[in-house]
Amino acid sequence: MAASCVAASELLQNMKLISGFYPKASCVIRRISTTNARCDGQAQPRAKSAPQQLVGVVGLEIHAQINSSTKLFSGSSVRFSAPPNSLVSLFDASLPGTLPVLNKRCVEAAVMTGLALNCTINRKSLFDRKHYFYADLPAGYQITQQRQPIAVDGMLTYSLLGGKKRSQVIRKNVQIKQIQLEQDSGKSLHDDVRSQTLIDLNRAGVGLMELVMEPDMSCGEEAAAAVRELQLILQALGTCQGNMSEGQLRVDANVSVHRPGEPLGVRTEVKNINSARYLARAIDYEIQRQIDVLQRGGTVQNETRAYDSKSGETIPMRDKEGLQDYRFMPEPNLPPLIVYEDNASLPTGIDACQAVVVQKIKEGLPELPSVKRDRLVQTYGILPEHSFTLVNEDGLVEYFEEALKATKKEPRKVIGWVTNELLGHLKQQDLSVSQSPISPSALAELLELQETGHISSSVAKQVFQEMWRSSGKTAQQIIQEHDLGLVSDTTQLHSICQKVVESHPDEVHAIRNGNKKVLNKLMGLVQKETKGRADPVLVRAILQEKTS
Amino acid sequence: MSAFSLAVSRTSCGVSPKIIRSTCKLLSNDGHSATNVEKKFHRRSCCILNVRRLYSSQPHHPKVPQQPTWEAVPEDQLPPPAQIPADLVDKLERLALVDFRTKQGLECLEKAIRFADQLHVVDTTGVEPMDSVLEDRALYLRGDTVKEGDCAEELLQLSKKTVEEYFVAPPGNIPLPRREERAAMLKHSEL
Repeated sequence: MAASCVAASELLQNMKLISGFYPKASCVIRRISTTNARCDGQAQPRAKSAPQQLVGVVGLEIHAQINSSTKLFSGSSVRFSAPPNSLVSLFDASLPGTLPVLNKRCVEAAVMTGLALNCTINRKSLFDRKHYFYADLPAGYQITQQRQPIAVDGMLTYSLLGGKKRSQVIRKNVQIKQIQLEQDSGKSLHDDVRSQTLIDLNRAGVGLMELVMEPDMSCGEEAAAAVRELQLILQALGTCQGNMSEGQLRVDANVSVHRPGEPLGVRTEVKNINSARYLARAIDYEIQRQIDVLQRGGTVQNETRAYDSKSGETIPMRDKEGLQDYRFMPEPNLPPLIVYEDNASLPTGIDACQAVVVQKIKEGLPELPSVKRDRLVQTYGILPEHSFTLVNEDGLVEYFEEALKATKKEPRKVIGWVTNELLGHLKQQDLSVSQSPISPSALAELLELQETGHISSSVAKQVFQEMWRSSGKTAQQIIQEHDLGLVSDTTQLHSICQKVVESHPDEVHAIRNGNKKVLNKLMGLVQKETKGRADPVLVRAILQEKTS
Repeated sequence: MSAFSLAVSRTSCGVSPKIIRSTCKLLSNDGHSATNVEKKFHRRSCCILNVRRLYSSQPHHPKVPQQPTWEAVPEDQLPPPAQIPADLVDKLERLALVDFRTKQGLECLEKAIRFADQLHVVDTTGVEPMDSVLEDRALYLRGDTVKEGDCAEELLQLSKKTVEEYFVAPPGNIPLPRREERAAMLKHSEL
């Protein structure tokens, strides 16, 4: 009885609080949520007397699985969805007497990633043990780089599309605090029915790069754009395959809210974000939740929360009781890792295949996505948003450039075919660019036929559809089979135009009275008659002549 | 010694008997009696030591004394002995996943700390701390070729419980009971 009384009075008080704050609060929330949704990065004009709005602050910790054949410290292979425990060495299972042997490929991947993100590569880095007890971590500790990671102080530049038509490219930076090499854990399958956990150690010991980003982002969209850019960079480098659904890229977000200029608020850590789509939603939900808590007069708890994609909410995770003591200690079985600046700095007598040389890796860096986008815009005169579409889709830049080689059509016209027709069809059937039934040269042939006036643009789209369905047939074959060639027989067009003009006296009258736009309607009727095959230039000339 | 006996019996598969033996010996140096554990491991560790001798290139390094030498540091040179509050015992038990809250266990822990206190006497001014004795060695880097794995059967044989090709563990992490609960559970708890 007593308890329910207390609860009721509390509820009442809350209601008072809410009603008291409501007009102001709701307005603030609405304004904030629109900023969140857009993330313009432009200062909102606000009245001097109004209190400053709460804004989100987002930092990310990203675990990227290194794309290597073998694990970080053992020679067992790295593969997704192999039979359980088939990719486990004695070291991975932590049998006594086994020792870690560092994989050179993993070091090079981390150095390469660090260089691509403008990091300082530490000449000397150290390995540490981080202790915690969990069944999928058989050693009871993870080997990581806590004191001195391999790369520090980097910067990731990413872009957002903003502005009214979302066609304005806004560049943003996020600082990379560090990149550290560490081991992945195994996987636990929880069997609630039999109350047991099944352990698969195939993933145990796989090399990870943990990237720590400073809290330089302010909303889900920015975080998602930064992660997407990182994903493209890693894929371009080949240092991580970046497939989020296979756990190759795992993102934890540290989220807090504060008023600009004031110290950062209490943060929560949002875990379990396993797709780019949910990343923005989870973060925006969490920012809004914290704003709501603070505006109700509550306090944000420092806790770990999980994102539930079904409900779209973050929920507290009951894991650690208080602060965990990881008992970090230097890894005694691994001497410091040394990388060398260039060949000149190699000590005498060192085996060349033992040395990681930063300069050599720098020279081998591929074209990064941002450079590629700028090049596409400059070389082909396409719009920035098109360059994003091209670079976002694996293989689409190559397809576009391949198609351009075989047609004289302007790149600005070809881009529409690639980003609308081709990509639309691919997306619809969930195909990758390499699976396209229409090769770049086949598309180029089609575009060339349109460019030289053999077919109209509407027929070209028809032919494209047909080429998609009957893979292997050329545009020329389809045009012949379906008799789709452009009608430029003047006599034939004359008679069709004559028929149209005769049956539409009102329109003709309007044109003669100076309403030239009505001519387009007559042109449409002629095209309907010819199933879109009439040469539009000819038809316009004939109609103008007949209505003058 | 009970703390260490417990630790030994729980983790014996992961700790080299040689280390356990030397730890026990150091601790028992001032007359503390050797335990069953030590005796139990004694024969096996001797074996191991013999094997090492057999394979080592030099039978005996001239700079290493034949017998351990020992010089006790006078008590007055040491800092005051550490007190171990109940909270700390609780934390250590959680971290190490062992119970050692008997009078004997605490005594053993205090002796271990007292033994380590002697390190305070060593003058380390101007000496960079080391992480490892291997610090000046180059870290060997391995090529990225598959050479291990594919031994699920052998590994699973080592596990007490398996299902299909999985190891089986209890659900989640079972947190240690709180101190009060544990005190009630442990018959011989003296704290």
